[in-house]
Amino acid sequence: MSEAPLLELAGLSVDIPTEAGVLHAVRDVSLTVRRGETLCVVGESGCGKSLTSLAIMGLLPPAAQRRARRLALAGEDLLSASPRRLRALRGDRMAMIFQDPMTSLNPAWSVGDQLEEIFIRHGKGNRRAARERAVALLERVGIANAGGRLAQYPHQLSGGLRQRVMIAMALMCSPGLVLADEPTTALDATIQLGILQLLAELQAEMHMGLMLVTHDLGIVARIADRVAVMYAGEVVEEGPARTVFTAPRHPYTRGLIDCIPQPDRMAPGQRLGTIPGMVPSLVGEVQGCAFRTRCAFARPECAATVAPRHGPDDHMWRCVLPPETLDHAA
Amino acid sequence: MLRFAARRLLLALAVALTVSAIAFMLLRLSGDLATTLAGQEARAEDVERIRQQFGLDRPLILQYGDWLWRALRGDFGRSLFYPESVGALIRDRLPNTALLASLGLLIALTLSIPLGMAAALWRNSWIDRLALMLAVLGQAMPNFWFALLLVFLFGMTLGWLPISGTESFAHFIMPAMALGWYATPVLMRLTRAGMVDVLAADYVRTAHAKGLPLRVVLIKHALRNAVVPVVALAAVQFGNMLSGSVVIETVFALQGIGYLAWESISRRDFPVVQGILLVVALFYVVLTLLTDLLNAWLDPRIRSR
Amino acid sequence: MPGSTPVSAPGEELAAQAALPAPVASQRRPRWRRNAGLIGSALVLAAIVIAALGAPWLAPHDPYLQSLDDRLLPPFFVDAERAMPAHPLGTDNLGRDYLSRLLYGARISLLIGFFAMVVSGLIGTVMGVLAGYFGGRTDTVVSFLVTTRLSLPIIMVALAVVSVFGGSLEVVVLVLGFLLWDRFAVVMRSATHQVRGREYILAAQAIGCSVPRILWQEVLPNVLSSLVVIASYEMAQAILLEAALSFLGLGVQPPLPSWGLMVSEAKEVMLFEPWMIMLPGAAICVLVLAINLLGDGIRDLTVPEGRA
Repeated sequence: MSEAPLLELAGLSVDIPTEAGVLHAVRDVSLTVRRGETLCVVGESGCGKSLTSLAIMGLLPPAAQRRARRLALAGEDLLSASPRRLRALRGDRMAMIFQDPMTSLNPAWSVGDQLEEIFIRHGKGNRRAARERAVALLERVGIANAGGRLAQYPHQLSGGLRQRVMIAMALMCSPGLVLADEPTTALDATIQLGILQLLAELQAEMHMGLMLVTHDLGIVARIADRVAVMYAGEVVEEGPARTVFTAPRHPYTRGLIDCIPQPDRMAPGQRLGTIPGMVPSLVGEVQGCAFRTRCAFARPECAATVAPRHGPDDHMWRCVLPPETLDHAA
Repeated sequence: MLRFAARRLLLALAVALTVSAIAFMLLRLSGDLATTLAGQEARAEDVERIRQQFGLDRPLILQYGDWLWRALRGDFGRSLFYPESVGALIRDRLPNTALLASLGLLIALTLSIPLGMAAALWRNSWIDRLALMLAVLGQAMPNFWFALLLVFLFGMTLGWLPISGTESFAHFIMPAMALGWYATPVLMRLTRAGMVDVLAADYVRTAHAKGLPLRVVLIKHALRNAVVPVVALAAVQFGNMLSGSVVIETVFALQGIGYLAWESISRRDFPVVQGILLVVALFYVVLTLLTDLLNAWLDPRIRSR
Repeated sequence: MPGSTPVSAPGEELAAQAALPAPVASQRRPRWRRNAGLIGSALVLAAIVIAALGAPWLAPHDPYLQSLDDRLLPPFFVDAERAMPAHPLGTDNLGRDYLSRLLYGARISLLIGFFAMVVSGLIGTVMGVLAGYFGGRTDTVVSFLVTTRLSLPIIMVALAVVSVFGGSLEVVVLVLGFLLWDRFAVVMRSATHQVRGREYILAAQAIGCSVPRILWQEVLPNVLSSLVVIASYEMAQAILLEAALSFLGLGVQPPLPSWGLMVSEAKEVMLFEPWMIMLPGAAICVLVLAINLLGDGIRDLTVPEGRA
């Protein structure tokens, strides 16, 4: 590793004050994304994965309090960067694709205008260059008649097309890092795969770092280089995709993997796995492993603080179980 | 869109017709026209002669049709007081009222949009409270009283501005302030509410994520969407100002149609009142029609209906 | 977490502040603060109502009694030396006691405001319920009437009608009542329409329950809070309009002590006796303010997360 990782995040926590008390939505999350690498962050809804990506971009809601030991983009510290510098970096060096393309584009401006403005504002060139870039990218993300689409308004496009526009918009300045926050959740099931494949292709083509937030582990298995599994605001397991999938070390990861339908390896009529129970409330102090209330392997020491454990290939998990326990469960 | 426009146009026509009937009836209710025209010392034969001469003995519906037909061509009859025709009087005074209302609207918008924006941006801050206080106070102050306070402060005590008349642009400043003050609270509240909604919108977060300068995010992406309903309301407020101008023009003796209306009502010069009522109401009808069509055109959901 | 850096310092990034709606806790005002406006305005309004009802006993003088020797006496706070203890708020240009006139003036404002609100409320409610319940052609007619009403310039029509029928209290109440019903109609229409569409109305019809009775029971609780807000708003509006009409000389007629009329009478001497326009104007302002704030306060009580 000669150069600094593209994204370094260490010890991130996000607290949100509510009427009932402080909600510890993200707790001590550390992540790394290298250039040309896809990191998938998976977990159930409400586990803090979206807030983590917003925290990296500096787009948290005003009441949310962000703390971190380190947050750096290509070695540049973002924690101490001025708002002006952050604005210069956002959109240019790091870009974000949001969950709902229906509401994420401004209804009052044409697609072309919204694509071009990011290019122009970051000083990449004049309107003419911006237009050429926009047309090229729209074509690349699979939109026919790209030139004609520029004059259209968001409401004239379908959800799938809008998300392709959002992807093109994120790529206008060729950012090193792209954060995609559940980019297909709001779309029809039939077009989800196409969008994700497109993202994976573009990531490889442009040698970007991609952080893909999703709750669909099936997708992760196809495109991730590394996987971070989040539960209740915490990263419970993180490592190379192959390692995490073949030898998960956290019962929650095991449970998620058992939920993936695998037609070739399952007997007809065999039931998919489910994880019983509910995510615990994160309001107030959270002690010990948050998953222990739903865990089949829970034991008394789970109630104490669980230190992260490490295996080969940068594999990290937070569980007190002996590493081999879960292999037998497969 | 065409269906919507056609329906809306039909409604506007029906309203215009009804308003004209109301204006027509007003004159008839004000007393026997023939007697009024003939004068107080007229003999019965003279009254009868005038009644026939002006067609006042015909069925009411015919008289109405006749009156409407002439009104449509700009002939509103004659004033009982002025030598000019009602049409000429209104044409003479209307520009003053139009200037006054435009200035008033300008003042209201330059106050309400920045204030409403600031209140939405810094919710629950001192500026939000100040804006709310101004709005609440503005809605509670009688406009004639506010106008008199202006007169007392700027006209009498400081001596900066003329307190009555129509001679120069300076004469329009205080009346416009009084008129604009009246429209500010509701416009400001709408701007604030719109901005609060829009600032929470996903596309504003997208704009931040694109790293656009704050100014561009707030004005191009947020305000642009928040002001659409404000513009619609501003048009309605402009219409309201024409009628609110009665009070303000009277306080400042500004020679617009509002002052003319008040003078004419006081003198029971009802043909003039009738003409002004018709012009103001029709103006309002046309204004709201245009605003509704503009809104429909701006809102794709209505547009496609 | 030792060694952590807090980054969301207040005001650090307006961008983030503007980006998402804030959770409630930190933004909400404490309950007593929210109710302060309600309690304060209720107290002020109660004081004005008591002043109006008790005017014959509270007023130190007959509000119509002229005294040419005591004209234009200043109130005690303007000129303590010239002020007379018998006329704490001075006298007008006919020597009438200003405090007494102000107290009696409250009667006129409240009377006209209240009854104009009742008249407009009745008209608007009937129209709105009819439009919402029957829909179709009835609805079209009502929305046509609302549009027509909106296109009529209120002040001009009111002035003209008053000048035709004379400026009595009844005429002013009726004119304002007939000009201020539009909001009531719009709100009642949509509320009735919503309830109308529900299944249990059909069920009730099927088992022979009286539909008007059901509407009354179902619609009323739903619209009560908006009805209170509109009623307070329209009452305030009627008070302001009465003041404006009287100010223009075509509302309540002298010598009745309408506050608007008092401002108008004080206009000529406002350069030398500015307090004479200040007092009645401020009285209108305080009354209208109290009514508006009371309406807002009641709305905030009934609608937990109401937007201002």
